[in-house]
Amino acid sequence: MATEAHGSESSLVFHPMDQFKVTPLFGEGPVHWYTITNVTLWMAITVLAVILLLVVGSRGRAIVPSKGQSIAELAYGFVYKMIEDVTGKDAVKYFPYVMTLFIFIVFSNMLGLLPLSFTTTSHIAVTGVLAVLVFLFVTILGFVKNGSKFLALFWVSSAPMAVRPLLAVIELISYFVRPVSHSIRLAGNMMAGHAVIKVFAGFAAIAAISPVSIVAITAMYGLEVLVAFIQAYVFTILTCVYLKDALHPVH
Amino acid sequence: MEGNIAELGKYIGVGLTAIGMGGAAMGVGNVAGNYLSGALRNPSAAASQTATLFIGMAFAEALGIFSFLVALLLMFAV
Repeated sequence: MATEAHGSESSLVFHPMDQFKVTPLFGEGPVHWYTITNVTLWMAITVLAVILLLVVGSRGRAIVPSKGQSIAELAYGFVYKMIEDVTGKDAVKYFPYVMTLFIFIVFSNMLGLLPLSFTTTSHIAVTGVLAVLVFLFVTILGFVKNGSKFLALFWVSSAPMAVRPLLAVIELISYFVRPVSHSIRLAGNMMAGHAVIKVFAGFAAIAAISPVSIVAITAMYGLEVLVAFIQAYVFTILTCVYLKDALHPVH
Repeated sequence: MEGNIAELGKYIGVGLTAIGMGGAAMGVGNVAGNYLSGALRNPSAAASQTATLFIGMAFAEALGIFSFLVALLLMFAV
């Protein structure tokens, strides 16, 4: 009875998690793997934006770059320097993969900040696939490059002999937990930030505190722009760290 | 006043996982604070260590994320 009395009047005008609903774009009905949903739409927009910047933007190949070309060159140089600094010069041949990850994540994070848009990276299904692919790629690369020496990653040779088996178990757990933390970090950060903005937006319906709410939304939005970039950066730099472990598994 | 005691425990548990957020906050704050105090002592070395800063933050944050994961599992999987 108490729950009925509360009902819909006292709750928010809209639910803060409504924005993460996956809905079919055309008509109603269940979502199958081939259904075109809002996720499909926004992922396509992300890819189009990436093509617009990197392919169309740098098509001129001018000596004095245009605005679009200098942004594309800046992004290229940023990721190139990151993989060179963190992983080493010998890992530069894996640069295309790292660049793809960074550009895709940063674009979907930023496009998700547009009003009424859908943040594809706020879903663990999306980031999970990215993280599991990184995990599989790194593990297979480690075994292909180093053979059984890759297992030295789990055998901490600098520790005393007595604690090494215990450390091996801990290292093994921390290795297999990588895709979990890698994916949930990105999805959780995006989801939490957008939900907070929506919660403040819900307060705007109450006239007395609506100015406070609008200021809070503005502040949170600024923070979210920062978070959108930093999370893409963190995802990419952790990929570089995992690549370094795969190429040089000395502990 | 009716309901299911398991449901009650579930929601209390989900609320308790918010304590993990405090742990992650202390960890990330510790990383950033120590970076800043080091960077102010030797500003010329600061730029080369920003990558390490973010890696350290990410590792500290990972444990906070696991508490979020526990909350998600309690809410939707248990």
